[in-house]
Amino acid sequence: MSSLISRPWLWAWLASAVVFALSVALSGAGQAGGLLYAALSFGAFAAIVGIGQMLVVTLGPGNIDLSIPAAMTLSGTLALKAMGGEPGTALLGLGVALLVGMGVGGVNFALIRLLRLPPIIATLAASLIYQSLAIWSNRGLRIKPPVALADFATGRSLGIPNVALIAIVLAIVVWVLLERGVWGRWLLATGQNARAARLAGVPVESVRAGAYLSVAVLAAVSGYLLASFSGGAALNMGQQYLLLSIAVVVIGGTSIAGGFSNVPGLWGAALFMFLVVSMLNAYGFDAGARMMLTGVIIIAIVIAANARRSRS
Amino acid sequence: MSRDNHRQPVVTLTGVSKSFGPVKALDDIDLTLSPGECLGLVGHNGAGKSTLVNLINGTLKPTHGEIHTPYARNRRDSGIRSVFQELSLCPNLSVAENLRICHGGLSGPGWRTRAREEIGASLSRIFPGHDIDPNAEVDTLSIAQRQMVEIAIGFAPRGSEARLVILDEPTSSLDAGIAGQLLEHIQRFCDDGGAVIFISHMLGEIFQVTNRIVVMKDGRMVEDRATEAFCHASLVEAMGHVAQQAHATRRTAEMLGDEVLTSPEGISARRGEIVGLSGLAGHGQAEALARLYLDSTSGWSARREPAMAFVAGDRPRDGVLPLWSILRNASISTLNAAARWGMVDRRAEAATAADWQQRIGIRTNDLGNTITSLSGGNQQKVLFARALATSAPIVVMDDPMRGVDVGTKQDVYAMIRAEAAQGRTFLWYSTETEEVCQCDRVFVFRNGTISAELSGAEVNEERILAASFEMQEN
Amino acid sequence: MNKQLAINKRLAMKKRWVSPRILLPLVSFSVLLIATFALQERAMSYLGLNLLFNLTVPIALATIGQLLVIMVNDIDLSVGAFVSLVACIAATVLVQHPWLGCLILAALVLAYAVIGALIHKLRLPAIVVTLGMSFIWDGLALLILPAPGGTAPTWLRALMTVKPPLVPMAVAAAVLIGLASHLLIIRSGIGTVLRGLGGNVRSVTRAGWNDTLLFALAYGLAGLFGVLAGLTLVGLYTSAGANVASSYTLLTIAGVILGGGEFVGGKVSPIGAVLGALTLSLAGSLLAFMHLSPDWQIGAQGAVLIAVLAARLLFNRHGASSNAIAQEATA
Repeated sequence: MSSLISRPWLWAWLASAVVFALSVALSGAGQAGGLLYAALSFGAFAAIVGIGQMLVVTLGPGNIDLSIPAAMTLSGTLALKAMGGEPGTALLGLGVALLVGMGVGGVNFALIRLLRLPPIIATLAASLIYQSLAIWSNRGLRIKPPVALADFATGRSLGIPNVALIAIVLAIVVWVLLERGVWGRWLLATGQNARAARLAGVPVESVRAGAYLSVAVLAAVSGYLLASFSGGAALNMGQQYLLLSIAVVVIGGTSIAGGFSNVPGLWGAALFMFLVVSMLNAYGFDAGARMMLTGVIIIAIVIAANARRSRS
Repeated sequence: MSRDNHRQPVVTLTGVSKSFGPVKALDDIDLTLSPGECLGLVGHNGAGKSTLVNLINGTLKPTHGEIHTPYARNRRDSGIRSVFQELSLCPNLSVAENLRICHGGLSGPGWRTRAREEIGASLSRIFPGHDIDPNAEVDTLSIAQRQMVEIAIGFAPRGSEARLVILDEPTSSLDAGIAGQLLEHIQRFCDDGGAVIFISHMLGEIFQVTNRIVVMKDGRMVEDRATEAFCHASLVEAMGHVAQQAHATRRTAEMLGDEVLTSPEGISARRGEIVGLSGLAGHGQAEALARLYLDSTSGWSARREPAMAFVAGDRPRDGVLPLWSILRNASISTLNAAARWGMVDRRAEAATAADWQQRIGIRTNDLGNTITSLSGGNQQKVLFARALATSAPIVVMDDPMRGVDVGTKQDVYAMIRAEAAQGRTFLWYSTETEEVCQCDRVFVFRNGTISAELSGAEVNEERILAASFEMQEN
Repeated sequence: MNKQLAINKRLAMKKRWVSPRILLPLVSFSVLLIATFALQERAMSYLGLNLLFNLTVPIALATIGQLLVIMVNDIDLSVGAFVSLVACIAATVLVQHPWLGCLILAALVLAYAVIGALIHKLRLPAIVVTLGMSFIWDGLALLILPAPGGTAPTWLRALMTVKPPLVPMAVAAAVLIGLASHLLIIRSGIGTVLRGLGGNVRSVTRAGWNDTLLFALAYGLAGLFGVLAGLTLVGLYTSAGANVASSYTLLTIAGVILGGGEFVGGKVSPIGAVLGALTLSLAGSLLAFMHLSPDWQIGAQGAVLIAVLAARLLFNRHGASSNAIAQEATA
């Protein structure tokens, strides 16, 4: 029992369940299905970028990617432009998104490694350039995604939103990689103590490169899906995902000090972040109160996680 | 300088002991230091010198016994100043600004001018003709200059006056001329009624400047006499260990394989050889080993058969992955060799770990427990298992027996000898001379370079101590 | 011996002339300024300079706030939200109930100090705590001012539109901010101790200082500069909104680093940070004068940031080698 309670992923799921129950209690059982469906849809995007941010945060203190919103916008914009709304181009768009992701990740890591910039400042400076690239290529054009792709992005299979299915598959892949893969072990070792990991023979440089490439690719995929989901790429489409990605990582139980990832908790946190807003909405709180409560929750969780760490 | 009462001791320790957990670092120390005395504190690594110093300056509190410092005025100023071996200045501040940190009286308009004057005067008093600009950022100074600044801050009046100055290896990075200036200043300071505790590996300096020597060994004071009562030989003898270990049969070059390694510092090793690195702590041995390891492995790719494996001695800094289980800590270096499709072979991982648990005797009932649940000695065994389980032909060990109990040590010695007999090469840095005496060949380090290479019958405590300390008088 | 003295003298001369931390920000700012003047002569006038720089005044103040936090090895992700909140308060409560407004602003500064103490005492990651705080500040701002609006207090408006003789307000303000923060952070005794905190906490506590109080002081001062930023912002814009300064968080971090600051080690330069803030805003407006698409305005800031940091890398290598000369000489 105590081992179950000490599982950090549990808390995010528990909190989601409580919030879900409170919402349903107010709006009636009839709304439960719809609420869950919406939570899965919107949680999917937060989960995908959150997984990427989690990999980078796991690398240890100082590692963070601030270019996620810009990467999402750039990939969404360029992918839609490449597809031009023509049918049968969905895979081409995905290819463009993946290329954007790899390019962004490669540039970010090159800045960190070659110019020896702290990751915060490297990804921040680079994101300003990606943002300009997106603005420049977008040029006020509002290109719609191909109909089939838009239908897929907003559609469902087996009653579950397609985007959520994709996010779940990605989460499982990363989870397996972290739990069972050699690379995952290396990442976790590097995050606990990079010097010790290097002295134990872990190739820490390629581990770092892999993490920064992954976060950018995941952000690009998420941007591609979000643009298809919402019927076009908007310049501010990634904006809220910077803080959100950090928040779901922290609430999901991943250690901000590095070396400990938590994929299931992250999904729980992604659902929680959506559900708490909709619950507060349902109870008539306005936007300000919702934001404040979110902030209080984040800080409370950091303090609680810290207390747990110092006790053990 | 005027001192109210010349006869009152600066510090008195009565029956002082200090334990860190089960380890007794200091045992029943009685010591009185009077104004005008310059006390030389000598002893080998881990003899308890730094613990004693930290008790006197108030950084640590004794487990038993009492420490009396009659000149203490308040928390900020006890009249006792310490100059540490590890540099403790703020590197981003200027020389004068560093004085401000520990001198609360420097405030109000024009404090910079006063700080510059005070530190400048102190520097000129100790090191006449120095070229240190009080406005220079500490970062831009050389190591020697930083050391000079730290000493000058220690002796500066700082609103009251220094009663006792503790100098821990103050000359380690100074050249002979500047060290000579410091020694002269110490003599003047003591003549004026100040007291000094002087720790140095330069025995010549000890004889030149001190009027009393305390020898420490294994947390006890074994000698406390006037300096004249010692000669070089008797001092080295007093520091040495009483118990002599029976040495393993030492192998010579003819009995070993080809040379498999040479380093820029001049370390070399043959196949199957156990090479020891010795000398006092902090004289470049650990850095040389880390450099050697980092240069022969890559941060970009991990080979299935690594060229070298590393056993860390500073476990929290270099070895332990604290969030993980014993199993995962032990297997990290061998994951790649056993992997299929990039996935960990968990059965092979568990089998290897269980095998090594038995061979090296890791005391736990479950390898799934976190590594931090183990005692220091058992954590160290895990780190040994991590390195030895690889196929690496060379194993580098950075003082791996720190805080390890005697039983474990004997286990590990036996294991190392067995592995060496099968052709593995070991590079073994140890701060304990007794351990280094287990080696086939020994390189002694002093001030970052090799001061002696000993082999065969030369490998003994006297030769190693002699090469660790600088004998000639300055 | 003579050679050694000569080398040291040369190094000392070099130091006296320019602090290397300031040199690069100064050069990059000058280059951009000259380029701007070359492209647009009218910018070289009283009015032109004011137009060029007046929006930088609040950013420069917020940058000093960020600098105080970076100086003690933390980072503040809530600056943007905090400045927006202050602006919202200044445009509403401060107009209607001046005393209550002042009280709230003082409480906000105190809150910053408490957060700093908390982060340090509980060893929390500053990056996450300030992220959480940014949600709270944002929420408060929305509560106070749900939709953009409000009016600036007349005295603030008057202050920000004052026309001093010879130099325009924006330039005078930038100089004033730079000098005042230089006095506070670099010259004063307590500023020196705070910088020492970033350089080596142990050395500061060993000297008998209470480190928690010092961290609280650093954060409290950061809050104070945040309040000043919000007030000047309202004075310039005459109204406020919950998102009015949301871009400040990243801009201030960039400004501190551009101004020669480093994330660890208490190595910061307030004058450099003000120059950094000015440089970033120049990078944006320069494009307009070059008749380049405004699409690249943000990108230009990023490019300038990268270019300057790359230059700093070369510079530091050079600095390291001259340091090596010094060591060689004394050895």
